[in-house]
Amino acid sequence: MARISIKVDGVEYADDVEPRTLLVYYLRDQVGKTGTVIGCDTSNCGSCTVHLDGTSVKSCTVLAVQADGHEVTTIEGLAKDGELHPMQQAFHENHALQCGFCTPGMVMQSIDLLRDNPSPTGEEVRHGLEGNLCRCTGYQNIVKAVLAAAESAPVRVGTAGGTL
Amino acid sequence: MIPVAFDYTAPSSVADAISALGSDSEEIKVLAGGQSLIPVLRLRLAAPTLLVDIGRIPELRGITDEGDAVVIGAMTTHAEVADSDLVKEHAGVLAKATETVADPQVRHRGTLGGSLVHADPAGDLPAPILALDAELVIAGADGERTVPAANFFHDMFATAVGDREILTKVRIPKHTGWGAHYEKFTRVAQQWSIVAVAATVKVDGGSISAAKVALTNMGATPIRATGVEQALLGRAAAGDTVKQAASSAAEGTNPPTDTNGDASYRRHLANVLTRRAVLAAAAS
Ligand SMILES: Cc1cc2nc3c(=O)[nH]c(=O)nc-3n(C[C@H](O)[C@H](O)[C@H](O)COP(=O)(O)OP(=O)(O)OC[C@H]3O[C@@H](n4cnc5c(N)ncnc54)[C@H](O)[C@@H]3O)c2cc1C
Ligand code: FES
Ligand code: FES
Repeated sequence: MARISIKVDGVEYADDVEPRTLLVYYLRDQVGKTGTVIGCDTSNCGSCTVHLDGTSVKSCTVLAVQADGHEVTTIEGLAKDGELHPMQQAFHENHALQCGFCTPGMVMQSIDLLRDNPSPTGEEVRHGLEGNLCRCTGYQNIVKAVLAAAESAPVRVGTAGGTL
Repeated sequence: MIPVAFDYTAPSSVADAISALGSDSEEIKVLAGGQSLIPVLRLRLAAPTLLVDIGRIPELRGITDEGDAVVIGAMTTHAEVADSDLVKEHAGVLAKATETVADPQVRHRGTLGGSLVHADPAGDLPAPILALDAELVIAGADGERTVPAANFFHDMFATAVGDREILTKVRIPKHTGWGAHYEKFTRVAQQWSIVAVAATVKVDGGSISAAKVALTNMGATPIRATGVEQALLGRAAAGDTVKQAASSAAEGTNPPTDTNGDASYRRHLANVLTRRAVLAAAAS
């Protein structure tokens, strides 16, 4: 067992984990952040995407011990006081989800994308979401949502890595 | 799946990492960005008894200007390399190849050193490193040694880095003012190269005065297309001449046959992609 301290969605945690524990299992099973999901065994689908110190990572491809001393933001840390994050709102308004399984990862990666490139073209959005698979929507409305968020979202500062 | 249990240590210096690698645990593995190793552990294709995490060693990170060379620490991430003005200006073909690796999440974690030591034949960074005549610095119990890129890649997944050693940095001679392009051929977004070509050329008054070309996934290791490099010298950087020079790109290669294509398809691709890469490099 190894002792780790991690800030998750603004709250400090100190826990014992086995070194082989993947960050996504730590988040889901020990911290209870089941909003972050696991969609594959090959690091391809991106549904487990979270922010580690403000940049996107696939939490199934990071060990919990590697995140020791760092800060994680999950999909559950985005909404504030019952109000959706602008990216969540844009997904909602643009019908950017059907079954919703890819959505937590899509939203986290879309926020990272706009952090890197605040006014992307449609092509750039597609490129930036290369590591996230959706089996339902055909991506069209996801791209629309990200472009809408880029156009209209007010800048919201202060959330751990969750700024837009 | 969940990896087989292992012990874990995260040293804070290269010296401590080397001594951890010298411990008597049965099977020791270095952990860098984990973007190749963790998937392998999850599929239980490897079951190390000890992981030595080199991610907490500050001296292994960063990109520095050392006069005639750009030096990149092994733990520098793909995202940092692709974003670096130093790399873009003096080693453009590495920046361009790095942009094509995987997806943004993987590029935030995966490292230059990890890609080179992993030495996947379809990996995108060995070819530009070979084309740029880089030198690789390896640390072990006996100190440091430097290996030229031409002697670094031994076979599929095998390099000059021994089990108890770590790659610490990559020294790239500056190729300032050279045009550069990485032409990667895939069928879908976010895929490993079926074939790719790294090209960097110097153009003086419309003709090519120096050219370096290396191929990805045309054999077990990256391959310099020396025939093409020689055929380009002194020639106009234009369609027909480049096409003719590029037609020898596949000579002496031994490409794999797999579900993405057979060897003869890859040979054809190598010629076509070399023409595209050289023309784009000359125009950049
Ligand atoms: C979904 C996905 C898609 C990908 N697509 C591509 C792609 O298109 N092109 C591409 O090139 N790559 C691709 N990759 C691989 C990616 O580039 C990895 O980052 C890279 O191969 C390994 O780097 P790492 O830092 O993650 O190394 P790790 O996974 O930590 O280590 C890889 C291997 O190298 C050894 N090692 C690492 N660093 C050192 C060191 N400094 N000294 C000694 N040994 C060391 C480790 O022991 C291990 O055996 C992809 C990965 C994923 C998950
Ligand atoms: S669960 Fe599919 S990439 Fe992490
Ligand atoms: S909405 Fe079903 S996978 Fe994307």
